[in-house]
Amino acid sequence: MKTLMVRLGLIVTMLCGASPLLAAEGGVPMDTWPVDRVQNPAALQNGARLFVNYCIGCHGANLVRWNRLQEIGLSDAQIQQYLIFGNQKVGDTIRNSVVASDQKRWFGKTPPDLSVITRARTSAEHAGTDYIYTLLRGYYRDVSSPTGWNNIAYPNISMPHVFWQEQGPRETRIEVNEARKDPKSGAVQHVNVVTVYEPGGASSRTETPTASLGAEGVGYAFKPLNQEQSRRFDEDVADLVAFLAFITDPTASKRAQIGVWVLMFLAVFTVIAWRLNAVYWKDVK
Amino acid sequence: MADQKSQYKGLLGWVDARMPTLMSEFKKHASEYYAPKNFNFWYIFGGIAIVMLVLQILTGIFLTMHYKPDANLAFASVEYIMRDVPGGWFIRYLHSTGASFFFIVVYLHMFRALLYGSYRRPRELIWIFGCLIFLMLMAEAFFGYLLPWGQMSYWGAQVIVNLFGAIPLIGPELAIFIRGDYVVGDATLSRFFAFHVIAIPLLLLGLVVGHIIALHDVGSNNPDGTEIKAHKDAQGRPLDGIPFHPYYTVHDLYWLSIFMIPFFAVVFFWPEFGGYFLEWNNFIPADPLQGPTHIAPLWYFTPYYSILRATTEQFMIVLAIGTIGLSALLLLTIASSIARGAIAVGTIVLLLGYFTLDPKFWGVVLMGVSVVIFFAMPWLDHSPARSMRYRPVWHFWLLIAWVVAFLILGYLGTQAPTPAATIFAQVLTLLYFAFFALMPWWSRMGAFKPVPDRITFAAH
Repeated sequence: MKTLMVRLGLIVTMLCGASPLLAAEGGVPMDTWPVDRVQNPAALQNGARLFVNYCIGCHGANLVRWNRLQEIGLSDAQIQQYLIFGNQKVGDTIRNSVVASDQKRWFGKTPPDLSVITRARTSAEHAGTDYIYTLLRGYYRDVSSPTGWNNIAYPNISMPHVFWQEQGPRETRIEVNEARKDPKSGAVQHVNVVTVYEPGGASSRTETPTASLGAEGVGYAFKPLNQEQSRRFDEDVADLVAFLAFITDPTASKRAQIGVWVLMFLAVFTVIAWRLNAVYWKDVK
Repeated sequence: MADQKSQYKGLLGWVDARMPTLMSEFKKHASEYYAPKNFNFWYIFGGIAIVMLVLQILTGIFLTMHYKPDANLAFASVEYIMRDVPGGWFIRYLHSTGASFFFIVVYLHMFRALLYGSYRRPRELIWIFGCLIFLMLMAEAFFGYLLPWGQMSYWGAQVIVNLFGAIPLIGPELAIFIRGDYVVGDATLSRFFAFHVIAIPLLLLGLVVGHIIALHDVGSNNPDGTEIKAHKDAQGRPLDGIPFHPYYTVHDLYWLSIFMIPFFAVVFFWPEFGGYFLEWNNFIPADPLQGPTHIAPLWYFTPYYSILRATTEQFMIVLAIGTIGLSALLLLTIASSIARGAIAVGTIVLLLGYFTLDPKFWGVVLMGVSVVIFFAMPWLDHSPARSMRYRPVWHFWLLIAWVVAFLILGYLGTQAPTPAATIFAQVLTLLYFAFFALMPWWSRMGAFKPVPDRITFAAH
């Protein structure tokens, strides 16, 4: 009965148009990306700067033309001078010059195209913008990983931490509750596992047996050595995510503007149609 | 030959003298088509469905101008439409939102028929045309969904085509024949494109014409389920009827305008509609080597998809008990010995089939039956009154229970399966089929209210 009520509740949420806001079962909780960034041209331009400096060395945005960035307040000359490094023209799409088969050899997979990335990474559990905001800030030093870095939002990610100098060193504490079954006796033992990664990447692990299984999911905490640097980096990543959200859905703000006018027209037209209908139906007895 | 005399003047008179059919058909289908004057809210969806059909065709024409039906170009061409074609995003969101709203409208239109018995004699043919339109609409949506060539497009098509592979003997060959390849590929994309943009739309248009002609020949049902043609004035016009034009054209215009508010709100503010109208996974280009972890069809197919998934090996026992129960009920009711023999043989064949063939095949069968069963409605319903207004109140609540089961099945179909959800879906599947299978019996039962001679109507 309880599950039935939960399900009925979910249906109501679904019918109201909201995607079910479930806690990421078994995953890490996502940080909330500051949504208002996408309206801020300065933030978007900073995002564009970071994007061309840190992302397109490996990733492309093959469906986005450079001159689309006019919409974040840049002129063609500025785009050509400050953002395009190669011999591309402003009418070209954002491409990189890495050979995909090489990338596959280096990273194990080709880095995904970023043209529609915030939509592609959205799921029933989280917004794509929140996911990327968490992912880019979620790297921690782990000497056991091939790149020397691991990620809280995407364990064993093959993408290295391109922003390691910007973010600065951090200590990382990851906490998981596990239920372990003894293969011989079949008895289940509940353990609380805490792993601490030093800023240099060496890790230590503490296991505490518990009476029952604690909260599901992964708990984590970062302790930056330089608070101010880490805070500035968070701001930069928020701007970068704003830029990715912009190239994913560049018409979003224009759409909303037109939408308001369309709905106002329909509201007025409905009143006219309503009165017209009443006039005709007056003589139906 | 002398010119025909026309009652009209000017250009209309000139055309009418040369093609009288134009005005006579306009009269027949609009200005002198008498519709019952007591139509309520539920009667607006037929007209809106036509508007949606026109909208889909018009936006589809413009999309076709820029879309590339090629496995290497399709995904990028859709984004090209949304980014580089002026106003392309608007056309594309109208088309994608239009598809979902078309289904909402058609489901509400069908619910109206169930509520007021619009499928009952003499309107069986209208209903059959309607069911065929619904089938064609499903085909149209299925073929169209592959075209953006995203992950969900690709794997959704892969799953559905593989269902044909479950048919004994010919299945695997049939699946290859449908795809034109061993996996969904370029050959599949181009043939689905052909079906989506020309073959199915032509059939749809033809069926819609048939649906409307049949309707205008026998006349519309109404919320009271009475025949307005039973009472006519001296000129032979139904006393309870009013000309469709202008009364219902203006009425439909008013409701269309209201309907357009949520429609455009979605188009402009929530075109993905939380992943239900445009699935998030479909913004990732199709990757034939790596499927998404959870594959679900678009929301309007999920009730049937839930029924497919509910048909597990354990469920076959429930199905067998249900089949035995139904055939026992039939044997008790039917007198003809030939029919009784056929039922007995049919039951044994089915029971043998349940436990020899793959449950997946029976899942496909049940999914098919869950859609096709609608065709049988005129012959399943034996209620003395057409409209729910004059049937026992529990008939109405039974219909509502079935609708709720349909909606919950739809919800479950969007979610990844869990053991508890599967059992829940199985119970609802049973309810879904019991509603239809037992209808010949339950629809006669209970206390019916007297059906009025004339319609009930209060002037607005």
